[in-house]
Amino acid sequence: MSADPLSTGRAPDGSVSTAPAPASGPVLDPAPRPDPDLRARGLRLAYDKRVVVDGLDLAVPPGRITAIVGANACGKSTLLRALARLLAPEEGAVHLDGRALQSIPSRELAQRLGILPQSPVAPEGLTVVDLVNRGRSPHQTWWRQWSKADERAVHRALAATNMTDLADRPVDELSGGQRQRAWIAMAVAQGTPVLLLDEPTTYLDLAHQIDVLDLVTDLNRRENRTVVMVLHDLNQACRYADHVVAMKSGRIVAEGSPAEVITAETVEDVFDLACRITMDPVSHTPLVIPMGRHHGAPALEPAD
Amino acid sequence: MPNPRTAPESPAAGTRPAGSAHFRAYRLALPPVSGVLRPRLVGLSVLLAAGTFVVFCWGLTTGDYPIGFTEAVRALVGSGDPGTVLVVEELRLPRALVGLLAGIAFGVSGALFQTMTRNPLASPDMIGLTQGAGTAVVAGIVLGWDGGLGTQALGLLGALVTALTVYALAWRRGTTGYRIILVGIGVAWICTSATDYLVARGGRFQAQAALGWLVGNLNGRTWGQVGPLALALAVLLPAALLLGRLLRTLQLGDDVATGLGTRVQPVRLAILLTGVGLIAFATASAGPVAFVALAAPQIAQRLAGTAWPPTVASGLTGALVVLGGDLIARTLVPGTELPVGIVTGVLGAPVLLWLLVRANRAGSGG
Repeated sequence: MSADPLSTGRAPDGSVSTAPAPASGPVLDPAPRPDPDLRARGLRLAYDKRVVVDGLDLAVPPGRITAIVGANACGKSTLLRALARLLAPEEGAVHLDGRALQSIPSRELAQRLGILPQSPVAPEGLTVVDLVNRGRSPHQTWWRQWSKADERAVHRALAATNMTDLADRPVDELSGGQRQRAWIAMAVAQGTPVLLLDEPTTYLDLAHQIDVLDLVTDLNRRENRTVVMVLHDLNQACRYADHVVAMKSGRIVAEGSPAEVITAETVEDVFDLACRITMDPVSHTPLVIPMGRHHGAPALEPAD
Repeated sequence: MPNPRTAPESPAAGTRPAGSAHFRAYRLALPPVSGVLRPRLVGLSVLLAAGTFVVFCWGLTTGDYPIGFTEAVRALVGSGDPGTVLVVEELRLPRALVGLLAGIAFGVSGALFQTMTRNPLASPDMIGLTQGAGTAVVAGIVLGWDGGLGTQALGLLGALVTALTVYALAWRRGTTGYRIILVGIGVAWICTSATDYLVARGGRFQAQAALGWLVGNLNGRTWGQVGPLALALAVLLPAALLLGRLLRTLQLGDDVATGLGTRVQPVRLAILLTGVGLIAFATASAGPVAFVALAAPQIAQRLAGTAWPPTVASGLTGALVVLGGDLIARTLVPGTELPVGIVTGVLGAPVLLWLLVRANRAGSGG
C-alpha cells in the first residue's frame, strides 16, 4: 500500500485494523479474466464535423499500464473516450476481445471495461461508500442491489484505495486527492479487467498526484488490471507507464517503452519544445528537462 | 442450511467497519433478493405516510357540515350515518383524493427532474411544463373544450409539447442542467404570456373559470377527475420507482453513467416521459399548484439526509404539502375558501429563494 500522508493515524474510533488488507482474504480476484485484448483499427473520430483523430491504430498491451501523452487538443482524451465507447467512431472500430465495442451490450461492456472521466462531480452530500457502491451497478439488478459479492467488492475497493476510514464522509467534503481516490475506488469496485483513466491527476498537488499514480500501479500489479490513462506530465508517464503512446494532431507519433518513446526529438516534435533528456535517479526512466527561452546557460554547458 | 430464507452471513453487514451508519443490508438466499435499507429514510417515509393520512382525514371533517374525525374515517369505509357517508364519499373524498394523488405526482415528478438534470431548480414548474399545461387547459376553457377528460387530455398534451420543445431547444450534443433551466424559463414565460392573452381574450365567465383553475384549486373536484389521475398514477408511479435505480448512476454525470452500463439517452427519455406524464395529469386535475414539485423533493431530501431526492418520500411530502395547504386555505379565513395554490405559493417562495442562495454559494448548479 502506498504511503498515504492524509489518512495515516486518522482513526477516530481506533478501528483501522478491522479493514482487511487487499492481499489477504479469499483469493477471489475481481479481475479473473486473463489478458483482455483491447485494440483500435482505422479509427476516425470527430465531434460534429470536426475530425480530431484520423486513421489511428492502437493495440493496448494487456496487463500493463499504458500512458497516452501529447499536447493539448491532440486528441488523446478523444481517443480514450472512443476506447470507452463514450464516442462512436466515424470510421473504424474499437475491439475488445475480438468484438466490436458497438456490438457489446452496455451492461456487459461495463462489466469488462471501466472509465473514469476527467474531474467527475459527485452530487452534494453523497458519501464515499454510496459512490463506490454505484460502481457495482453493472453487476446489480433491480431486485439484487447489495449481494455478498457487491459488499465484498466495495470493501476491497475501499481498502485498496485506503478509503475505508472515510467511507461515511460526503465526497464533496474531502480533499482533492481523497476525492480522486474515492472515484478510483468506484472504478475499482466495478471490477473490470480494463480501466481507463482520463487525466487522473488533474487539479491535484504533487504529493496527491504521486499518491494516485502509486495507487494505479497497485491496481495493475496486484490485481493484474490493464490500465490506459491520459497523462499530462511526461516524467510521470515515463515513471508509471510500461507503454507510452505519444500523439500529435490526432495521430500516434511514437509508441513503445518510455525509453524508446521519450527522446529529445520526439518531445520536440510532439510538444514543439526543446528539451534535454536525462535519467530519473529514482526510477531510472527518462526525465525530461525543458529548455525554455530564458534560463539556458550555454557557457556553463560541458562539451558533448 | 437451517434457515433457507436468510443468508447466514447477512448479520455480518452490521459489523462492517464503514457505511453501517447510513444503511443496513438485507439479503435473502431464496429468492436472491438483496438491497440496502436506510433506517432514516424508511422512518421518514412511515412518518410522512402517517402524517398524510391524518391530514387527508382531517380534510374530510372540514366543511359546511362538520363531521367528527372518527366519523369521517368510518364513513370512508362506508359505515355510519348515511348522510355523513354521502357527504364524505361524494363531496369531500374526490377533493381529498385529487389533492393526495396530485401531491404525490408533483413530488415524484419533481424528484425525477431534479435528479435527471442534477439541479434542484430544474423542476417542472420552473422549466415551463406546468405553464405549458396551463396554456393548453386555458385555451380549452376559453375556446370551449371544457370538461373532465378534455381538461386532462389538454393538460397532458400541453405539458408534453412543452417538454419536447424545451428538450429540443436545449439539445446540443446532449443536455445540461443549466441549459434546460435557461431554455425552460424562457419557454415558461412564452406560455405564461399566451395564457394571459387567452384569459384577456376570453369572456367574463370563461376568464373567471380559467383564473380559478390557474392558481391551483381543489375546490369542487369530482370523481370524474379522480379516475384518470388514479389511472395515470397506477402506470407512472411503478415506472418512476423502476427508473430510480438508473437515476442513481445518471446522477454521477453522463460519462460515468455510460461507463457504468446505463444507456443514458433512452433512460433520460423514459424519465422525461414519466415525469411529464405525472405533472400533466396532476396539473390537469388540480391546476398548477405552485412550488410543490420544486420544494417537496428538496424537503424530503433534507429530511432523509440523502444525496438525492428520494422518490417515495418526495411523493409523500408532495401529498402532505398539497393536502396541508388545502386545509390551511380552507380554514385560514373563516367563510372563504382560498385556492390551495395561494398557500403553497406563499410557503414555497421562501424555499425557492433559499435554494437559489444555496446553489449560488455552492456553485453547484450544473
